[in-house]
Amino acid sequence: MIYFDNAATSYPKPKEVIEAIIDFTENIGASPGRSGHRLSIEAGRILYQCRDNLAKMFNASDPLRIIFTLNVTEAINMVLKGLLHTGDHVITSSMEHNAVMRPLRELEKTGVQVQVIPCYTDGTLEPEYIEKAIKENTTLIVLNHASNVTGTVLPIRSVGEIARKRNILFLVDTAQTAGACPLDMENDNIDLLAFTGHKGLFGPTGTGGLVIGESVDIHRIAPIKTGGTGSRSESENHPDFLPDLYESGTSNIVGIAGLNAGIRYILKKGIKQIHQQEMSLTNKLISGLMGIPRVTVYGKENTENRVAVVSFNIQNQSPSDIGLKLDEEYDLMCRVGLHCSPAAHKTIGTFPTGTVRFGMSIFNTDGDIEKAVMAVHKIAKGEK
Amino acid sequence: MTESKTKSVVIFYSTSGAIKTESLAKKQGLIVKLIPVPRHLSSDCGICLSFNSDDIQKIEKILSDNKIEFDDIYDL
Repeated sequence: MIYFDNAATSYPKPKEVIEAIIDFTENIGASPGRSGHRLSIEAGRILYQCRDNLAKMFNASDPLRIIFTLNVTEAINMVLKGLLHTGDHVITSSMEHNAVMRPLRELEKTGVQVQVIPCYTDGTLEPEYIEKAIKENTTLIVLNHASNVTGTVLPIRSVGEIARKRNILFLVDTAQTAGACPLDMENDNIDLLAFTGHKGLFGPTGTGGLVIGESVDIHRIAPIKTGGTGSRSESENHPDFLPDLYESGTSNIVGIAGLNAGIRYILKKGIKQIHQQEMSLTNKLISGLMGIPRVTVYGKENTENRVAVVSFNIQNQSPSDIGLKLDEEYDLMCRVGLHCSPAAHKTIGTFPTGTVRFGMSIFNTDGDIEKAVMAVHKIAKGEK
Repeated sequence: MTESKTKSVVIFYSTSGAIKTESLAKKQGLIVKLIPVPRHLSSDCGICLSFNSDDIQKIEKILSDNKIEFDDIYDL
């Protein structure tokens, strides 16, 4: 079996992740931050260790400025809905996932001005177009770090520099890059970094979060939910300190125990090593696919500023037919269609049919790529 | 490092603050322990950090350097 749907969620996970989930469930089990007994304290320590490891990974100043959420979508919603008000202007790109686009379109109905900066057909973006779009009431710039359709990495460092210079908050959606590309809150000029735990970070589904930079005044971002935090229980008003301000209700501590193990695995292996391995697979896949007649590969042709996500189409064949053949006849799992990113598909010219998307991870091999290219070749030739 | 006779505790507003302080103090080799809050002291997060009273300045420095919010410090 070949699993090429890592852009949706990574599989397999490192065995350390599975062991950590089992260990927590068997030996700790308690709710963190709610009680004084030693199992609850141990659960709290795991929660903190995970924040600490995330802070190392993203060069964040304070582990307690890392908020756990259900996924990256929730983290993005937290910022957009907590920060933006009627009359605010927000800038984004035409390569965004619906995790950004839908909350923005919803806010637009309440009087938030949304400006979408067009990208080139390979998914790349000119930072100067962002700079030119800035207005007096621009509150936020929000960009994906890498497209889930083309794998194209956007120039976040340059855009972040512009945002910082103009005193505008900068939110980055790292769904496709956390764990797969180096990310640095300081060097990349990021104010708010939204991440998912279950893709490149190798945690289970139901994990994700938001890193809040020191530059962000948290009073500007109202929590989208409030409730029990285990702190200040005497008060019926929600606490105003981090992380409790944005974390209500029992946390997904089982999932976070697994996520912590995933991050440890990555820190030990090294993100640069992971990126190199993924780029080697990506390079092999792109050149293999480009050599097949009637196949169009989208996005950048080289592996510079790219992640291991490759979209393609076969002339006169629908992505869904190709996906079904790959699954049933070649034992290859991938995702076809619009990938929750209609804007990105409009940008690259594949709307509304979509594309076939292969998303690789370090657990794929050169052999997987060879078999996949061979399978696409046969499907393109009309065999089977 | 020897155990001093008198102990003090830091009472926090939240468990995360307590665990962060524990982690930083252990990195400096201080003897600290997270314990349930003694009944005569009030707090609701349930745990506090006990330390050797002789280390009070080091603990206070950790709290202020890392901007950790806490309620109070008491001798036990």
